[in-house]
Amino acid sequence: MIRYVFNRFLHMVVSLFVLISATFFLMKAIPGDPFTAEKKIPEQILQRLYAQYNLDKPVFEQYLLYLKNILKGDLGISMKMLNQEVTNIISQTFSSSLKLGVVAIIVAVIVGVALGMLAALYHRKLIDNVAMVMAVLGIAVPSFVVASLLQYLLAYHWKIFPVMGFKGPMNYFLPVMALTASPIAVIARLTRSSMLEVLHSEYIKTAKAKGLSWFEIVSRHVLRNGILPVITYVGPMTANIITGSVVIEQIFGIGGIGKQFVQAINTRDYPIIMGITIFYGVILMVARFLTDVAYVAVDPRIKLAGRKGD
Amino acid sequence: MLAANNTVKQAELKPEDFQTIGNNHKEAEVIQRESLSAWQDAWERLRQNKMAMTALIIMILIAILAIVAPHLVPYTYDSNDLMSTNKPPSWDHLFGTDDFGRDVFVRTWMGARISLIVGLAAACIDLIFGVIYGGIMGFFGGRIDNIMNKFSEILYSIPYLLVVIMLLVVFEPSLGTIILALTITGWINMSWIVRGEIMQLKSREFILASRSMGADWKRLLFKHLLPNAMGPIIVTVTLSVPSAIFSEAFLSFLGLGVQAPVASLGSMINDSLTGWMYYPWRMIFPALVISLTMLSFNIFGDGLRDALDPKLKK
Repeated sequence: MIRYVFNRFLHMVVSLFVLISATFFLMKAIPGDPFTAEKKIPEQILQRLYAQYNLDKPVFEQYLLYLKNILKGDLGISMKMLNQEVTNIISQTFSSSLKLGVVAIIVAVIVGVALGMLAALYHRKLIDNVAMVMAVLGIAVPSFVVASLLQYLLAYHWKIFPVMGFKGPMNYFLPVMALTASPIAVIARLTRSSMLEVLHSEYIKTAKAKGLSWFEIVSRHVLRNGILPVITYVGPMTANIITGSVVIEQIFGIGGIGKQFVQAINTRDYPIIMGITIFYGVILMVARFLTDVAYVAVDPRIKLAGRKGD
Repeated sequence: MLAANNTVKQAELKPEDFQTIGNNHKEAEVIQRESLSAWQDAWERLRQNKMAMTALIIMILIAILAIVAPHLVPYTYDSNDLMSTNKPPSWDHLFGTDDFGRDVFVRTWMGARISLIVGLAAACIDLIFGVIYGGIMGFFGGRIDNIMNKFSEILYSIPYLLVVIMLLVVFEPSLGTIILALTITGWINMSWIVRGEIMQLKSREFILASRSMGADWKRLLFKHLLPNAMGPIIVTVTLSVPSAIFSEAFLSFLGLGVQAPVASLGSMINDSLTGWMYYPWRMIFPALVISLTMLSFNIFGDGLRDALDPKLKK
């Protein structure tokens, strides 16, 4: 178990290192530097600017400096917004993204599991069919399409929810709906198929034979075992919700990291793009690492396999 | 027959009703039913799946429209008419016009064309690269497999869309660079599928038989292993098309897709966001086409999986 966790941890660190190096060298591969395109800057000022951004040093030295700064939690300074530190920009905008993301993850898990469970318990009945049609739609329709349609129908046409902004609890509904459409679909499908498997297994028959009530069987045995595959999806779901929030924040005018990211892409503000990429990378890889560990901790059956595999 | 039997409680049979036909060994060997190959069998199963067949028809329709539709109307995707901007759908402009007076019908189908090109090209590259890489991993195993697998695992654990965004920020977005960026980690999934299949097939008896008759690795790989792994490979390719289409739309939504005035469904939806309250048709038609495309590919892929591997069906 400890060896497995250590291995996963090492794996995460190596992946992060590759991501950081890749972002750095990709940014260096861009022809010219951030100041060449702008109107003629006097030579001395240019030298100062180079020195400020460490651009006057050899590439490899810049790379080492960059790595060192990241370890200290310093992601550099924005090139377009005057004297704004990238870490500052991230910490200022992170709270709205975090709130939205956490709510979305909780809603996705609860609704997804409930939907999948209903579908499994009423297998081949109306609920099952409706849930599975919804699941296919949720997987197939891109989140920004869902968001735009929701905004048009529920906010503009029927005026149930506010169109934009992120102030009160009512502002959460539409972005969360748009963000969770596809995770809910995936979770519902995962839960349904694993629950169906569990429902047909021998120990459920035993539980029935022991005279347990239907409620006890479902809550004690079916749910506990059927929910296992959902845990493996937590890592990918985090990725899904983060990438989703990049466009969702844009559509609903939420001042989170995603919006900042899009803005940085449009203005080609490289330090911010790099910083947010690395920040996202850290969140996603930590989420994946925790998923791996949680799965081994929860499911005793795969412990051995994990030891052997790594 | 059944209805008639239901009225009779027990069939009244007399000894005369039976006759001896003897033990004819020759006839026992005759194949009564037309023999079906595995592929015909799968096709038969697929044909009975109404959802999958509907999806297939929609896919074909979308493909035909994407090829033909732009030639049916007297406009091109970039011909603007500033006298008729943001016009609602009419007989002149089936899907209406956008803020430059460009015909949304032509632009939607040009966008669908780009979506399909990106989806199919990315899937093809994933297929070729994934099969070669996964084939080598699965076939040779041991240390080669270990190293190659570690490499692909690390590449895979770097968030996909972040890499793609980085690449497109650095290289000017065009159709080629988008496809390249999408395939840079897209092949990994395919390689794992192929690896798993080949590892599993490698230990089967028919491979041992072929090996014992002196087949070399080329024959083993191309005559025995890959054809038998074809089912999962086809399913993975089909399902990787919609995810590539989604990624392309997502990127053009962010402004990292094909550059204006070329139309892409994602960028059309993004452009329409500024005025969707007044001009909803600018969003609805591209949104409908991209959703239908992804939906039909997903449903068809699911149907294919059920048809090719009935064991997996739940």
